[in-house]
Amino acid sequence: MPLIHRGHNAWGSQEVNMNKVMLTAVAVALGASAAQAATMDDVKSKGYVVCGVTGGVPGFSAPDASNNWSGLEVDYCKAMAAAIFDDPSKVRYTPLTSTERFAALSSGQVDVLSRTTTWTMSRDTTLGVVFTGTMFYDGQGFMVRKADKIASAKDLSGAAICIESGTTTELNAADFFAANKLEYKPIVFVSQDETVKAFEDGRCDVYTTDSSALAAERSKFAKPEDYAILPEIISKEPLGPAVRAGDDTWMKFSRWVYYAIVNAEELGVTKANVEEMKKSENPEIKRLLGVEGDFGTPLGLDKEWAYKILKHVGNYGDMYEAHVGPKTPIGLERGLNALWKDGGIQYAPPIR
Amino acid sequence: MYKTSFVRTDMIAPMAPPPSTVGVKGWLHTNLFSTPGNTLLTIVGVMFLLWIVPPLYNFLIGNAVFVADDGAACRIEGAGACWAFIWDRMNFFIYGFYPQDEQWRVNICFALGLALIVPLLWPAAPYKIANAVLFFLVYPVIVLILLRGGSFGLSYVPTESWGGLTVTLIIGLAGIVCSLPLGILLALGRRSELPVIKMLCIAFIELWRAVPLITVLFMASVMLPLFAPQGVTVDKLLRAVIGVTLFEAAYLAEAVRGGLQALPRGQYEAADSLGLNYPKSMGLVILPQALKLTIPGIVNSFISLFKDTSLVSIVGIFDLLNTVQSSQSDLRWGSPHQAVTGYLFAAAVFWVFCFGMSRYSMFMERRLDTGHTR
Repeated sequence: MPLIHRGHNAWGSQEVNMNKVMLTAVAVALGASAAQAATMDDVKSKGYVVCGVTGGVPGFSAPDASNNWSGLEVDYCKAMAAAIFDDPSKVRYTPLTSTERFAALSSGQVDVLSRTTTWTMSRDTTLGVVFTGTMFYDGQGFMVRKADKIASAKDLSGAAICIESGTTTELNAADFFAANKLEYKPIVFVSQDETVKAFEDGRCDVYTTDSSALAAERSKFAKPEDYAILPEIISKEPLGPAVRAGDDTWMKFSRWVYYAIVNAEELGVTKANVEEMKKSENPEIKRLLGVEGDFGTPLGLDKEWAYKILKHVGNYGDMYEAHVGPKTPIGLERGLNALWKDGGIQYAPPIR
Repeated sequence: MYKTSFVRTDMIAPMAPPPSTVGVKGWLHTNLFSTPGNTLLTIVGVMFLLWIVPPLYNFLIGNAVFVADDGAACRIEGAGACWAFIWDRMNFFIYGFYPQDEQWRVNICFALGLALIVPLLWPAAPYKIANAVLFFLVYPVIVLILLRGGSFGLSYVPTESWGGLTVTLIIGLAGIVCSLPLGILLALGRRSELPVIKMLCIAFIELWRAVPLITVLFMASVMLPLFAPQGVTVDKLLRAVIGVTLFEAAYLAEAVRGGLQALPRGQYEAADSLGLNYPKSMGLVILPQALKLTIPGIVNSFISLFKDTSLVSIVGIFDLLNTVQSSQSDLRWGSPHQAVTGYLFAAAVFWVFCFGMSRYSMFMERRLDTGHTR
């Protein structure tokens, strides 16, 4: 049922074919309106950033205990607001479903889409939107019962696998098993809730979806420690923010917000120590925090824009640890999302 | 010759009824085991109850978790429904993202609405006209000012922050209140003898009735903003309310038309021969009778409208169902039955409102019954 693709299970990778048809139609209708007025001026005069979020994906964008949006991708929007207004609360959140998200962005209902959206070529080139960074490198993985003593996805020959239908998850799994010449028995369900329930009830040996979702679902099980997520990641799902095409200033601002938080982590500037770091002698830190040089003006900001982000929201590591890191219920190790110098692939061009 | 006749002077005491027709046994015999077929049905029924009731009881009450600080208590093996989760997130289910410091504004709206709607629905209450004016004309304005803010020193709360039961009730009430007059007008228009009006009404009704509500909502939320000129945005919630209202008006129009056609032709002729003009003959003679006839159909549409409000969740509006769904991403309360408990709660809330509407419509039918049953 492609049209009723609920927000809360709309993970980045699980795009439905129907959406593509609809979005292509939308993209055609767009052509002309792609050239937009300056979003930065618009946002400044409105006094807030309109941020498109999910209907609730744990760790990425979901309502917290006091009914406020929180999560890794929500923090990105807060960082944008902090850079412009010196106030991370000047964000207005618009929950979007996966079907309407690109149309909402291109028609100007939201200024930035930060909504577990996978950066793919077709989306980047045909929908009138531009992806500006990868907040989270996700990928499809497998979860099994520890009792089954499966150590690798290569051992899954003959396994019954619970899959949500109509998603790329299904295709990825088929490709993976065909490429490795393994037999498998797909058991397909319509919704994520049903799929998880079937796996928990023992109707299949393996549950497959994006690894961040696997971790979130595992934390809900009666005995999470009985389940293991296999190390193999069989698809690339870079999740990141996107903005409207045709507005270079806003696009570059969006991109450099992301680079600034990654650079800050690399330089060791955190939310906790940003005040002390202002006195640092390291020229890179000085440039980042606006002590030396002015890198904000070309973006329409002041020179302390990155300092404001770090003061209010923190660096990439702070965000990661707060929402999806090992100390949270989701409990995801940094893995691919570690900095390049720590063996991951989070890397930002220098500020200079 | 003896004339032996014996005439009783008093009645014989009646014999006790056959034991199989009295007491528990008799009741069982007549109601449960009267024929082999009924006996079989009884046994099957009892077996079904034995099969369904204990696990249901255990899940809903026996093993359910009523009080807990977080989901850990619900994650243990064999735990039932996690009602503590519902209780903890109740604020979110009722107010959505409405700022917590401002929730008194929503509460005032609820209290005011209740204070106005109860006397309106209670036939014996006085001042019906003033009450109706207050509820249908003044109350929506007050609600808008209170919830939206931005004037009278109230802080502005965008509709994106409204949510939960509040939004469900807003869409449901606005849809019900606006679609009924529109539906009546459409029904009258469809029976009009003026060709242009008639064609327009038929076209409207047939168009909206033939389109699924989901399509209407998608058009309203995805396509409309693309066609609208740059910078012009109509509020998403308002678009949804308008979509639901127009959709339901088309259904109501057909229900009302059924009532209009069921009236004998004599009623129309009688109204005409009294010299009443069109508005008067409709307002005084035809519509009161037609609407009474169509109460079941109208309330049927209202109930389906109220339940259809949950469809707005697919366009990202946080109605009750959507808040329930998105709170399943709250990992503090993560547990195997988190989703089921949430859906049960949403179902129960919808049931309470729909059942209330249904009982009230039956009450009105009995009250307005004039003995003209056909």
